[in-house]
Amino acid sequence: MEERQIIKTEDLIFDYTVFDENGDETGKSRVLSDINLSIKEGSFVAVLGHNGSGKSTLAKHFNGILIPSSGKVLVDGIDTSDESRIYDIRQTVGMVFQNPDNQIVATIVEEDVAFALENLGVPPDEIRRRVDKALKTVDMYDYKDHAPHQLSGGQKQRVAIAGIIAMRPRCIVMDEPTAMLDPKGRKEIMATIKMLNKEHGITVVLITHYMEEAAKADRVVVIDKGKILLDDVPKKIFSQIELLKSVGLDVPQATELMYELRKSGIDVPDDIIDEEECVQVLYDILKSKE
Amino acid sequence: MLKDITIGQFFPGNSIIHRLDSRFKILLDIAYVVMLFIAGNYCSLLTAGVFMLIVYMLSGISFKLIFKSLKPLLPIIIFTCILNLFFIHGEGEPLVQLGFITIYMEGITTSVFMTVRIVFLIVGMSLLTYTTSPIALTDAIERLLSPLKKLHFPVHELAMMMTIALRFIPTLIEETDKIMSAQKARGANLDTGGLIKKAKALIPVLIPLFVSAFKRANELALAMECRCYKGGEGRTRMKQLKFGMRDIIAVLIMAAMIALIVLMNIYVVIPGV
Repeated sequence: MEERQIIKTEDLIFDYTVFDENGDETGKSRVLSDINLSIKEGSFVAVLGHNGSGKSTLAKHFNGILIPSSGKVLVDGIDTSDESRIYDIRQTVGMVFQNPDNQIVATIVEEDVAFALENLGVPPDEIRRRVDKALKTVDMYDYKDHAPHQLSGGQKQRVAIAGIIAMRPRCIVMDEPTAMLDPKGRKEIMATIKMLNKEHGITVVLITHYMEEAAKADRVVVIDKGKILLDDVPKKIFSQIELLKSVGLDVPQATELMYELRKSGIDVPDDIIDEEECVQVLYDILKSKE
Repeated sequence: MLKDITIGQFFPGNSIIHRLDSRFKILLDIAYVVMLFIAGNYCSLLTAGVFMLIVYMLSGISFKLIFKSLKPLLPIIIFTCILNLFFIHGEGEPLVQLGFITIYMEGITTSVFMTVRIVFLIVGMSLLTYTTSPIALTDAIERLLSPLKKLHFPVHELAMMMTIALRFIPTLIEETDKIMSAQKARGANLDTGGLIKKAKALIPVLIPLFVSAFKRANELALAMECRCYKGGEGRTRMKQLKFGMRDIIAVLIMAAMIALIVLMNIYVVIPGV
């Protein structure tokens, strides 16, 4: 069976039109240039980049919020510029944003999760079933009658995710979903994302600038100045420490530690990206010295 | 804390009154207001009052809340009372005459009557918001107004606006709190001075609040679009409003009450009113 590409961009270019104070057009500013990217169904892809690199703009192309200035974006084979299919596209690729407060519409958790389904005209019994299931999936079922402002940031973000997965999308694009959360909320969301990807087979595109989060993905795409700089598995990406630093990105702390140790002449592997591996390596070194 | 403000003053419960269909509750409340205005004498008015108290008891809402709902409207009640007291002119001799102030017997009776009516009105109306969640109210308003759609009245949009407003009130209150603390931390003086000075001091709070509200609106619109929002057309609802036997019984009781009041108006004659 051929591997299906859920999202595919072909020579994607996006320009912002720049206006002066009087609202006259004064020029164009290129945000994305020549992006060719294919995202395989079922994969977990992290898009890394520092502020202003164009990563959020790219994300907005994945479900037809923005239409390329030139080039194409295909979602499950549908061109996003085809306005008659826009709701099919948005049902296929759901999107979660940074601020959980600004994406919850209703005053009760379960009503909010039902919002997308109500918009799509799903029959009431079916909505009920899907809402309950979505809430159970993100482990928020016990809070279904709560008002959003009674919840913590991580819980609100999980409600927002439930609102998306109730639509049964095949892919979820998350635009810095943890940026406004505390460490506990961040952990909750990362666990939810991994679970959705591994257990439910939903393709996840995670836009982030946290290296630790990107390290958990199957594939990392680094964006800089509107171009794809690197595109590989996390271990390969994070071993290029100088290059990442030159574009204003960090590496995971574990990788950084290994890098510094190697510089001072201690023999450690260069593909360590998570803390547990790092602990193991340090343990082994200390053990061998005894 | 600003955060503790309750909106719509809804008190969740499971009484028969809570379980009535919210559409019917709104209509019954309107019928109750009509009933109060039909009631032409003390006997019928007090009957309406007793009826309301019975409904209160059924709803399990504490009687303390009756006074709570009256408190903010006290000035209006007193104003009506005084206005009626001084400006109703009777036929007989005035009871009190002090300069330009004259009080007649009729003035006292009308004033008491009107005050009692207003008190009953407020207390009865607040029962609606006490026993109906804001979301059920919005829903009911949307459905009750839906015939207006034929006249191109934006019923769905109105209901959506109400929902979003309700949703964001706590968020914006929290934000106001934060901005106020931030401005205070920079030495803004928000609590002292006269009325005008205080109002001026609010500008550095309101401007950031507005900016952030617009930003939120923008993001919310985006999030709604991502969830396939396309207006009221072809939309279904998860929670269906269903009316049952109890709603019909409630309507019948209300109709009987109105009939009783009308009969009392005609047959019970109290001298002096």
